[in-house]
This record gives sequence, C-alpha cells and structure tokens, in this order.
Amino acid sequence: MSAASATSPSVATAPKRYVDHAMGMPISLALRGRHADDGRARDAWLEVLVDLREADRVFSTYRDDSYVSRLGRGEITVADCPPEVADVLDLGCLARVQSAGAFDIWRRRADGQRVLDPSGVVKGWAVQRASAWLHTLPETDFCLSAGGDLVCHTDDPEGTPWRIGIEDPTDPRRLVAVVPVRRGGVATSGTAHRGGHLVDARTGSAPTLVASVTVVAGTLTWADLDATAAYALDGDAARWLRERAGRTGLVVWRDGTVEQVAGL
Amino acid sequence: MRRIVMWFMSTLTAVVLLFGYHTSTSGPTSATSAVIGSGSDVPSGSLTHSSSGSTSSSSGSSAQDTTVTGSTAQTRWGPVQVQITVAGGTITAVNVPVYPTGNPTDQEINSSALPQLIQETLDAQSADIDMVSGATVTSDGYLQSLQAALDEAGL
Repeated sequence: MSAASATSPSVATAPKRYVDHAMGMPISLALRGRHADDGRARDAWLEVLVDLREADRVFSTYRDDSYVSRLGRGEITVADCPPEVADVLDLGCLARVQSAGAFDIWRRRADGQRVLDPSGVVKGWAVQRASAWLHTLPETDFCLSAGGDLVCHTDDPEGTPWRIGIEDPTDPRRLVAVVPVRRGGVATSGTAHRGGHLVDARTGSAPTLVASVTVVAGTLTWADLDATAAYALDGDAARWLRERAGRTGLVVWRDGTVEQVAGL
Repeated sequence: MRRIVMWFMSTLTAVVLLFGYHTSTSGPTSATSAVIGSGSDVPSGSLTHSSSGSTSSSSGSSAQDTTVTGSTAQTRWGPVQVQITVAGGTITAVNVPVYPTGNPTDQEINSSALPQLIQETLDAQSADIDMVSGATVTSDGYLQSLQAALDEAGL
C-alpha cells in the first residue's frame, strides 16, 4: 500500500466494485481508500451479503416460512419473532402516521383480505443495517446499493462526495440529475422497472401525476420510507417532502417536469 | 386471526401513540392517556382520552372537533409527538409535530446534497457518477440497467 492511498481515502481513482444478488435484487458495492481491494474488504462484503440474506429469511413475503409470512397468517405473534421484526413494524407504523396513511405495511388484496407486507420498510432498513459491516473498514469510503437505493459514506466528513445519478423514470438508461452525497441514504420510488405496484394505502389507487420520487436523508431507512410515502401521496409528493426535516429530494412528474425539493 | 391482528395493531401503534409514556419532560404523575387503534382503521368509538398531563393541551374548534396533543414520547428512533383531531368519536386528522429525523447529521447532509439537475439528459457514461438511484431494479432487470454498466466498467 502506498503512503498516498493510506492518507487520502478519497483520491480520484476509480472505486473497486463488487456485485452480487440478495433479496431478489442486485447488490452493488463501491469501495475506495485503504481497504478498497484486500482481504478485509472482501470479508466485510461477505458479511453484508450474509446480513441481507438473513433479513430476507426473516422478512420475505415470498417465502411461506419467513417469520413475517407466519405472522401475517396469524400463526405466531411478534413476541415469537426476532426483535428486529418489532423494529421494522414500529417503523412502518411511524411512516404511516407521518404520511397520513398513504404509506402502510398492511395492504388489501383484491378479495378484501388485509395482508401484512412490510416490504416497503424492509429494504431500506436491511441495507442500512448491513452497511454497518462496511464501517469496520478504516480509512475507506463506501457506497452500497441494493436495486437502486443506496447508503453512502466517506471516511472524511469533508471528503470527496459520492456522485449519485438519478435515473430518468421514462428512460432508465438516462439520468435527470446528479446528487453529491458524503454520508447518507438515497432512495428512489417509482414504477420504471416493476410496473404499477405502489399504491396509496388509503385508496388502493396508483399515482397518476408523479413518475418518481428520490429522497436523500441521513439514513437509507428514512430515505426509502419517505420516497415511498411521497410517491404514494402522488400530487402532494413535493409539498409533503418539503415539510420533512433534513431531507432533500427530486420529484419527476409524469408531464416531464422535474422539481428539486429542499426539506426543512 | 382477527384478534391477533388487533393485538398486533395496538402493539404497533403503542410506540407513536403512547400519550401516557413517561418521558424525561413529564413527571411521573403527569400522563395523558389516549388509546386509539391504527389511523384510518379505527372504528368509531374506540377512542378515549382524558387531558390531565402537564405537557399536553386540548382545544376544541367547534362543539364536535377536539384536538388533542400528546406529550412527547422518546422512542428508539427519537422523540415523537402526535396530535389528533376527533369529530363525533372518529379521528379526522393525525398530525405529528415532532418526529425523528434519522440522525443528527441530517442538516449537514441537507445543505450539500441537493440534486443538481442535468440540463440535457445524459447517458451514464458521459456523466461522472459512481452509482445510480432509480426505481427498484430486480435481479432479472439488472443486466439492462445503468448500474450494471457502471459495475461492469469498474470490475
């Protein structure tokens, strides 16, 4: 290791990249600095993946035997689950109250049956939790992305920010904005890749005015919750986000206009 | 199932809606209790409240509308205060005047992290970026994504 790389983790060299899949999503990691490309980096990366897969086993609604699936069917109670289940459900409750009900971890199936689906909380929360393993790498910057939602960290609080491109929801091969982030989470909600699955929990209807919402916050947990809630609020997305302390964001409307939002 | 769901709901809402939560700002004997279900799912009549706490206030804008502000509860996510408006036994509005903002460095992030618009939409290769944020990419869709192009270029 050269002296230069040891003292300046944010030098303008290409970051070392790692890619794998977990929770049905591509997981991308970029590292730069002292432990970008060594045994410690690879160990931390493996721990991140183990952590995400563990979260998937507990929370996946696609697995009949996950704690959340069994909880939703009423076979077990929260007390029977690992403690992080209560954490995630509490977060879902907070997000519902703060979004006046537009965000909810309960959704109504076509037959009217209410189904527990905390997926809207789990992704950001799980990736934020997993990113803790990367903090074990001294003098190293990281940017960890799971399917387009990411956690950024620079070792030096004044170091070179990660530059995050914000995808154009009408053409996912292009960008509409770039946001520099040193420490924090960036999440985007929209339907560009998956079709209309996000709905306003109060009405069950899909947004018609907003195409995507990107939120930058102190943690990915809250960036993801707020992006999903703002998107569900549709025409009120930018207005609602502006009231949120410590957030910035971007709302792309279906008519093609793009609105920057600086929260309180 | 229904009983479990209801129990579950009350557990969930307890964190943010515990008006009787004893915090550092309220004395051991000051507590306002409001027991409510879960937001819009509350059946009318399930709300009860009594305002006797030193940090809570209650005001009525009409004979039917009553606004109750709970004391600030310390949750593991930070302080939370909830204000509800009740008309005819039904909650008509829920406001959260105090809520956690994630972590103390939020404001610092805020000042430097405003998305900068790109005048002319760019391809990833021509924008100097490290990662892409977009609507959730599944593993199936990854190969067509910008992120895949970035990862491939860096691997």
